[in-house]
Amino acid sequence: MLAVEVSHIVKSFTDKVAVDDLSFSVAQGEIFGLIGPNGAGKTTTIRMMMDIIKPDSGEVTILGEKLSEATKDKLGYMPEERGLYKKLGVLDSIVYLASLKGVDKRSAAEKADELLNQTGMLATKRKKIEELSKGMSQIIQFIVTIIHDPKLVILDEPFAGLDPVNTELLKGMFSDLRDQGKAVILSTHQMNQVEELCDRILMVNNGRAVLYGKLSEIKSRYQNNSVLLDFEGELGEVPGVTEKRSHKGYIELVLDGKTTPQQLLERLVSRGMVINRFEVATPSLNEIFLKEVGKKS
Amino acid sequence: MNKTLLIFRHEFRQTIKRKGFIIMTLIVPVLALLAIGVFHLISAGAGPPVIETTTIGYVDEVGGLDQHTTQGYINLIRFNTQDEATTALINYEVAEYFVIPSDYISVGVINRYTLARELETPTAITTAIKNFLTSNLLGGKVPPETVYRIEAPLDLVVTRLTETGEVATEQGGYGKVLIPGIFSLLLALSLTFFSSYLVQGLGEEKESRLIEVLLSSVSTGQLLTGKVLGLGAAGLVQVVVWLASMPLLLNLASSTFGGFFNTIQLPANFIVLGIVYFVLGYLLFAALSAGVGAISPNVREGQQLTMIYTLLALVPLWFSSLLFVFPNSPIWKVLTIFPVTAPIAVMLRLGVSGIAAWELAVSILVLVLSIIVVLFLATRAFRIYLLMYGKRPNLGEVIRSLRSG
Repeated sequence: MLAVEVSHIVKSFTDKVAVDDLSFSVAQGEIFGLIGPNGAGKTTTIRMMMDIIKPDSGEVTILGEKLSEATKDKLGYMPEERGLYKKLGVLDSIVYLASLKGVDKRSAAEKADELLNQTGMLATKRKKIEELSKGMSQIIQFIVTIIHDPKLVILDEPFAGLDPVNTELLKGMFSDLRDQGKAVILSTHQMNQVEELCDRILMVNNGRAVLYGKLSEIKSRYQNNSVLLDFEGELGEVPGVTEKRSHKGYIELVLDGKTTPQQLLERLVSRGMVINRFEVATPSLNEIFLKEVGKKS
Repeated sequence: MNKTLLIFRHEFRQTIKRKGFIIMTLIVPVLALLAIGVFHLISAGAGPPVIETTTIGYVDEVGGLDQHTTQGYINLIRFNTQDEATTALINYEVAEYFVIPSDYISVGVINRYTLARELETPTAITTAIKNFLTSNLLGGKVPPETVYRIEAPLDLVVTRLTETGEVATEQGGYGKVLIPGIFSLLLALSLTFFSSYLVQGLGEEKESRLIEVLLSSVSTGQLLTGKVLGLGAAGLVQVVVWLASMPLLLNLASSTFGGFFNTIQLPANFIVLGIVYFVLGYLLFAALSAGVGAISPNVREGQQLTMIYTLLALVPLWFSSLLFVFPNSPIWKVLTIFPVTAPIAVMLRLGVSGIAAWELAVSILVLVLSIIVVLFLATRAFRIYLLMYGKRPNLGEVIRSLRSG
């Protein structure tokens, strides 16, 4: 059963079409990246998935059914801009919001202890939300998002405002969620995080799908047939190389259409060169993103 | 547990824990108790009141007005000339003096001289001079009882009869006005406070985007119902505390003060109608506030919009002194039936003149209908504008989207 199936959703507001005929699906046990520039329609898409707003047309299926009160209990959602009741205590906030997901008070309190401990936040248990730092309350918000053991977790810009330590902490927890067979949707414009975490992605721009599929396949599609080389000694002329680009610490060799990276490596080795690094160049997601978004707009 | 119930419980608990709520709820009975206590202490410590006798002078140019010089606590001393009287006055031998001119019998003018600066002559002085003159002019000509009756001609005792000619159970008078008057003021405060709590709560959840987390767990209907009922229950607790403390405080007050407080009564149906109008008034204001909370981008703007209908609700209080003078003006019927002013208008009128049964029926019916209509529109506005941050739609946009949305 697919965790999410979105088919041909359209949503327009008075002044613009926010989402224009978008279709995609997310499987269980994967981290799915929903990426795109600001104002691309990511948040609107998420809100339609969460049934916070209704699409003008098209359908959304969550865990095999249309979103109902019962399916809402299997969802965890962390919106982009975050906030909790400032005057409420940490534990009370977690327990109250968990109770709205159908978790009884006692198991919510137990699970809260466990998650606070895991995130190193146990000391804040009795504090009020307003006493926490921004990063700390963001961790609490993440705990609220997953405390009811949801099958589908949707995170809108989860790393915004987090320090590197907490970013690593969250990344580890996302991977744990995937390993437990849950579907995780990550909406962000931080391409390095997507590259590191996501199995598949959907790139949207101006409300439309630009790229959709396995991250590795997309990246190989954008390969420009070059290799990155770091070596000792003189390189000289190499057959099959049409262009040499110098970078800091390495050079990029652009191959002609007939030579494969494997053949190039054999030629270099046969010259007796000391090779420190030899890597088939794949463009970063960031480059692909800039290229696609630049092209469309 | 039912999610509406969970939200209800959360909102109720958070509201009754608020300092503002606790202060508002307790301040009424506590202040009244304090007032009674302080009065009790003062009156117990002071013993029986000591009333000083005042001496005032007079110059009689008519002649023969020299009897009855003790009038209650005022003693009158005769002077032969005005100069003598003035000397006595500036030496503080008399508090003041008056001159009865020789043409008094035909003209009726009395000249009063005093060192004190005052707005008007104290009633006690006027009465003393009047009785002194009456007694002297009539003395010996008519029996003393007649003189006394002329001085105090009537003590009006009014009895209100019902249409069948029996003595009515409700006799009217200021004793009836006090409690409904105070209660309508408190009701107005309570409605204002809770409208503002609701708008503030929604505004904060909207500003912090917590509303999205809530709506990913519950429906709009559950969220609104839970909030409105939770705050409403807290408001009801407040009103019940006030209402319940009133008879108690009244007993205490009448045993301490006596007098006017003995005449204070609660109008018939007052407690029942008080609760009915609180509940209906609250629901109307809650629905209006939910709508305002939906269309305003932040707490501050929401509070400003709330002012419109909370100030309107106070209109009957602004004109309450007119109610005492013109209790039967048709304006009162309008204010009783217009839903926003109805709760306060009904409470006030209950004490002054009573309200015809048909007016109450129409008023409650209109109130219920408007709650349904406003609630429908508010839920709609809530769905449309909830996630519109940063910009408040103008009136035209709101009306257009309510029609199409």
